Amino acid sequence: MNTLIFRTVAPLLTAVMLVFSVFVLLRGHNEPGGGFIGGLIAASALAIYGMAMGAEAARHALRVHPIAVAGFGLALAGLAGMLSLAFDLPFMTGLWAMFEIDRVEVAISTPMVFDIGVYLVVFGTIAAVALALEADEGAG
Amino acid sequence: MDHVVAALAGLFVFAGLYLLLSRALIRMLLGLTLLGNGVNLVILSAGRLGRIVPPIAPGDAKVPLAGAANPLPQALILTAIVIGFAMFAFLLVLAYRAYQSLEADDTDRMRLAEPPDRPQPPMSY
Amino acid sequence: MEARPDIAVALVVLLPFVAAALFPLVHRLVGDVAGWVAALVPLAGFAALWPLVGSVSDGVPVRVAWPWAPSWGLELSFLVDGLSLTFALTIAGVGALVLLYSGAYLKGHRQGLFLGFLLAFMGAMQGLVLADNLVALYLFWELTSVASFLLIGFDHTRQAARRAAIQALVVTGIGGLCLLAAGVTIRAVTGSWDLSAAGSLAGEAYPLLVGLVLAAAFTKSAQVPFHFWLPNAMEAPTPVSAYLHSATMVQGGVYLVARMTPHLGGEPIWNTTLMAFGGATLLWGAVMALRQTDLKQMLAQTTLASLGLLMLLLGAGTELAITGAVLYFLAHALYKAGLFLVVGAIDHGTGTRDITALGGLRDHMTVTFIGTIMASAAMLGLPPLLGFFAKEEMYAALALGQVQPLVALAALVLGNALLGAIGLAVLIKPFMGEVLPTPIRPHEAPMAMLAGPLVLGALGIVAGLMPAQLGELLAAPATSAVLGDAVDTHLKLGVDLMGWPFWLSVATWGLAAAAYLRLDAGRALLRRLDGKLGWSFDRGFDAVYFGLVRLAGRVTRLLHHGRLELYLLVVFAMLAVAAIGPLWAMGGLPAWPRTADLRFYEWGVVALAVAGIVTVVLARSRLFAILALGVQGLAVALLYLLVGAPDLGFTQFMVETLSVVILALVMTRLDLDAADGRPFEDWARDGGVALLGGIAVTGLLWAVLDRPLDLRLSDFFNAHAAPVAHGRNVVNVILVDFRGLDTLGEISVVMTAGIAILALIRSARRRPTVADPKPAAQRRRKATA
Repeated sequence: MNTLIFRTVAPLLTAVMLVFSVFVLLRGHNEPGGGFIGGLIAASALAIYGMAMGAEAARHALRVHPIAVAGFGLALAGLAGMLSLAFDLPFMTGLWAMFEIDRVEVAISTPMVFDIGVYLVVFGTIAAVALALEADEGAG
Repeated sequence: MDHVVAALAGLFVFAGLYLLLSRALIRMLLGLTLLGNGVNLVILSAGRLGRIVPPIAPGDAKVPLAGAANPLPQALILTAIVIGFAMFAFLLVLAYRAYQSLEADDTDRMRLAEPPDRPQPPMSY
Repeated sequence: MEARPDIAVALVVLLPFVAAALFPLVHRLVGDVAGWVAALVPLAGFAALWPLVGSVSDGVPVRVAWPWAPSWGLELSFLVDGLSLTFALTIAGVGALVLLYSGAYLKGHRQGLFLGFLLAFMGAMQGLVLADNLVALYLFWELTSVASFLLIGFDHTRQAARRAAIQALVVTGIGGLCLLAAGVTIRAVTGSWDLSAAGSLAGEAYPLLVGLVLAAAFTKSAQVPFHFWLPNAMEAPTPVSAYLHSATMVQGGVYLVARMTPHLGGEPIWNTTLMAFGGATLLWGAVMALRQTDLKQMLAQTTLASLGLLMLLLGAGTELAITGAVLYFLAHALYKAGLFLVVGAIDHGTGTRDITALGGLRDHMTVTFIGTIMASAAMLGLPPLLGFFAKEEMYAALALGQVQPLVALAALVLGNALLGAIGLAVLIKPFMGEVLPTPIRPHEAPMAMLAGPLVLGALGIVAGLMPAQLGELLAAPATSAVLGDAVDTHLKLGVDLMGWPFWLSVATWGLAAAAYLRLDAGRALLRRLDGKLGWSFDRGFDAVYFGLVRLAGRVTRLLHHGRLELYLLVVFAMLAVAAIGPLWAMGGLPAWPRTADLRFYEWGVVALAVAGIVTVVLARSRLFAILALGVQGLAVALLYLLVGAPDLGFTQFMVETLSVVILALVMTRLDLDAADGRPFEDWARDGGVALLGGIAVTGLLWAVLDRPLDLRLSDFFNAHAAPVAHGRNVVNVILVDFRGLDTLGEISVVMTAGIAILALIRSARRRPTVADPKPAAQRRRKATA
């Protein structure tokens, strides 16, 4: 699988897919997309990178272990839900903050943070599994 | 259209069950995937099918267009797909590990937990 | 000071349980005097109950109740009337002496536990006789069974003790279930859980209730044919036999019959059944006692006889008979407990309980001898002991009657005579004659072990000398409670030399002496008969018990055969039946759909899915199957897009891609046979069940589609997604906002699965593959251990 062409294209492809996955994640609230699909795309991106350059290289590129990314995402999602408790609202009540930057409305909200958490969990978990399987193959 | 998708779901379930009943681990995994797709289609068609129009409110409207698909089954299925995938991956690795340890992919030969020569119940006080 | 009945009842019923829980600790603190400390608990109960005697003997029962489960109309109620008071005082009194005795009988570190069990049993027994509420009655009834199980099996390293304990638990447990059923039935008939609120229970449920109550009473009181557990229960330490299996627990059945007499009594079916079973048990026990040489076994068989005698008297049901039963209960509790304690002292002092190996102990164990004289005299029913009055009373009750009472009378005389013979044997054989060599040099038991027999014997004499007071305070109130209307005492000190009962007593004594003289010959005869019979109820129990174990083993093997595909087959078949069965049975099967308004590209997607499925099932090579799996997944993704679910379509597409990738990653390393190796009959069977499942799903769905859809939830989400949750993609808003908690749970599951997968892969990497599965399994077990 690690042909020269594949190895040359793979990092580029990975970068494009990662950016696309974030785009899909962020537009998810209003258009098709969201954390699940975004996370899957990102995980596929990393899997492609791993296939081309080896699992070790992919893990090194990520700096942290993918399952740690998933754990962080889960904590983020949980905290996004708990933020409403500080305002004396029930668990997971959505909070919205609207900003206007140069006449473009920008919304920061707990559901969005939650969706980012979902994204990170899906990405981290599936990337971890894929990389582990790839590394296992190399060893075996 | 609902009825056709319902029939397709039945076909998925049939194929999934049939493969799950084979004793080969890898066929059982394939069957599980088919069964999962079948169940997703069951949920989808039970909530009635729309055509093309997604449950998304267009730019200036506050609610989705009339005739848009039912959002509720979609939300259920979306989680089901991801969970199903996680379970599929887990079972795949589990099957692989079981194969490595037991040198068998036939469930009839994987009898560690319930060996064929189990001891009789005690016949004394 | 005014008597507070609620405090008294709490002290009597609850204090033993509290003490039982604390006793192992208390034992560690007080050490050797633990028996004396434990005896304080029943003494406190006795002292608390005594002030109630006055009120109860005036004919005013005391009822106390605490709320228990108010929403079910259930309260924890207790009733102190003549009957329950007589039993409760006996339990407390005998209990104090037995606990004291146990302190000396059983030394060592397990003593605390033993005394704790005894205390718990005592609380349960007090609760049983005092309870007014049927649920409480059942609860305490079962608690006595459980406590008895623990006490019989106390020496649990011996198989005989374990067997006896299980036997007692099973037999009395069956009775307990009958009592529960009886209680529920009474609740259904009367509308109240309280027994005191139930009047006569004559009606449709009467035969059922009689059967259930008598089954409970007969198992607890060891009536023929449930008698076998009681002699076996002699495996228990001797104080337990003295307390539970003579004076208290086995009297629970007698108590129940007496308690139910006002509600169920008076009908011929009730009286005849009781008299028949009681008489049979009386004679069986009395005859079987002759056969034994173990002193404890002799006493156990006579206990059977005495229980039968009490049942017979309750069955006779006249005022005299009931008074006789009450007196006999008291006399029996005093002398039988005394005799058991004496036997324990003999065992303790000589090292044996075999009557043929004992002799001439009167000089070595004088105090024990005195205790035995008093108890045996009561067993013979000599005046002026309480036993004498009990015997006179029961003879008087039956002397002037028709055929049935006369038969009963004959059984009573014969039974009493044989019991008397055993009394003589227990008195004379070990203590008179020459001194025989024993395992231990005979020596007297310590004071704590002698107090019981002496006090009990003395009480028998005192009660015999004061029959009028006893009658007024206990016997008449108890009789009134059983008969349901007030009765005056007629007991007085003195012997009516002209009356029938006295001459029947004389005949009894004569028969007893004759039986005693022929004891050895009788024993030899009975042993020969028993050897020829070759069957006993005891062995029958074993057959039933192990038959059940074998049946359970077979059922387990049948259901847990260890073959995965058969488990799955059953599950799938049941699912299919559950899905389509009710529709079929209730006529809700859907009609065949008329139109299928699909556009050509939709047909194309469906065809692609069908082709994918068929290829997955039929593929002969693994790679082909995996690719086909991808095709059907792609078709499903397209279908999602076509029905207006782009999120689903994209997600499905990504998932299918990743599935194929990781499947390929793993499968390349597996050397698996992709061909389906099922024989034809398995193939047909599996295919049939799978087809049934598919048809069931489609049929159910079609039936659902024929009915209107409730869209309230979807409408709510549609209407509020954009205005309230600021999101136009309703599906995404549901996931991250409306039902965010579900999603949180879901991503936790995904992450857990990921961690599990990583752990599995790492465990594989750490250990090389092994060819032989056995050592791998053993290693794994060791690793987990």
